[in-house]
Amino acid sequence: MIEYIPYIGVVAMILIGLYPILFRRNLIKIVIGISIIESGVNLFLIILGYRDGGVAPIFTSLPPGTTYPEEMVLPVPQALTLTSIVIGVAVLALMLSLVMHIYRKYGTLDVQKIRRLKE
Amino acid sequence: MTKIVKTTANILFPFTMIFGLYVIAHGHLTPGGGFQGGAIVVSGCALLLVAYGSSWVFDRIKDKRLAAFESLGAIGFITIAFLGLMFSAVFFGNFLAGSGSLFGTTPATGSTLADFNTGGVLPLMNFAVGVKVIAGLFVIVLVMAYASSTKEWG
Amino acid sequence: MEKRIIAGALVLGIVAVFFLFSVLLIHPFGDPGQAQMDDYIITHTQNETGTQNGVTSVVFDYRGFDTLGEATILFSAVTGVLLIFRRVRH
Repeated sequence: MIEYIPYIGVVAMILIGLYPILFRRNLIKIVIGISIIESGVNLFLIILGYRDGGVAPIFTSLPPGTTYPEEMVLPVPQALTLTSIVIGVAVLALMLSLVMHIYRKYGTLDVQKIRRLKE
Repeated sequence: MTKIVKTTANILFPFTMIFGLYVIAHGHLTPGGGFQGGAIVVSGCALLLVAYGSSWVFDRIKDKRLAAFESLGAIGFITIAFLGLMFSAVFFGNFLAGSGSLFGTTPATGSTLADFNTGGVLPLMNFAVGVKVIAGLFVIVLVMAYASSTKEWG
Repeated sequence: MEKRIIAGALVLGIVAVFFLFSVLLIHPFGDPGQAQMDDYIITHTQNETGTQNGVTSVVFDYRGFDTLGEATILFSAVTGVLLIFRRVRH
């Protein structure tokens, strides 16, 4: 049971990020919830590639006496996490630009009021 | 901002930029690379934006030229990939590893000390991606900070 | 209570139950089992790529096509932001 605790942490992070999307009305809080979900998914990708007692897969100054590849952490999930972080940054920049544009046009950030001001 | 904040930003910005360029350049020896070093340099540029105000910085840096700089990084990255196709019949092929020219030597297997001359085509790709990330993220932060501080949108 | 809050709580409960049941099906933390691709990459990085950084060699050499897609995403994000704020910059 105790070896599932990191995965339960990831599930808790995704559920905490899902709460403002469903229950809050401010647009900035919804954007923050989406960002928390992305952080949870990145954490899940890193957790998948861990070996017990492993070192980083870099050969420059290994601690003496480590046998590779039995004691090195897997490098492929770390590379995919890099790509995922950059995608998160790009989506966050576009979301915040659209929120600024909506605020300039409607004067409010309430989701239910924006829905009713049809022009 | 006040005089203390401006003086601190003046002192801190060169150190941040040098550290970011070090992380970009040594991407094939230590943890780091193009994306990580680019994020470090952009955090230094955001420090300048906060200390001097976005209108002051926006009047001195032409954002069209910064966007062209970002396209230059992307073109460099694609050119290196197509050169790999031309010289070794594989897209993204590493045609400089193992040969005797620039960045050519191979390190000995096992835990060795760092040698800057290794890496093949990887340090060139690190530079191209670093330029792309620096210019792209700096343009995003600059335009969004300027747009949120002007009263009316012309 | 309103219908919106009941529907939101139902969605949250169903998602939580699905996730917590699928946690038990993943391999335990710290023991990846079959990792032949990563073992091959770690033992052959210094010969074929010429670097000493396993992660950079995966990002730029063994899986360089994904980095090309990531560069495209960065470029499209910058283009999108510059398009949205086109009237502010003049």
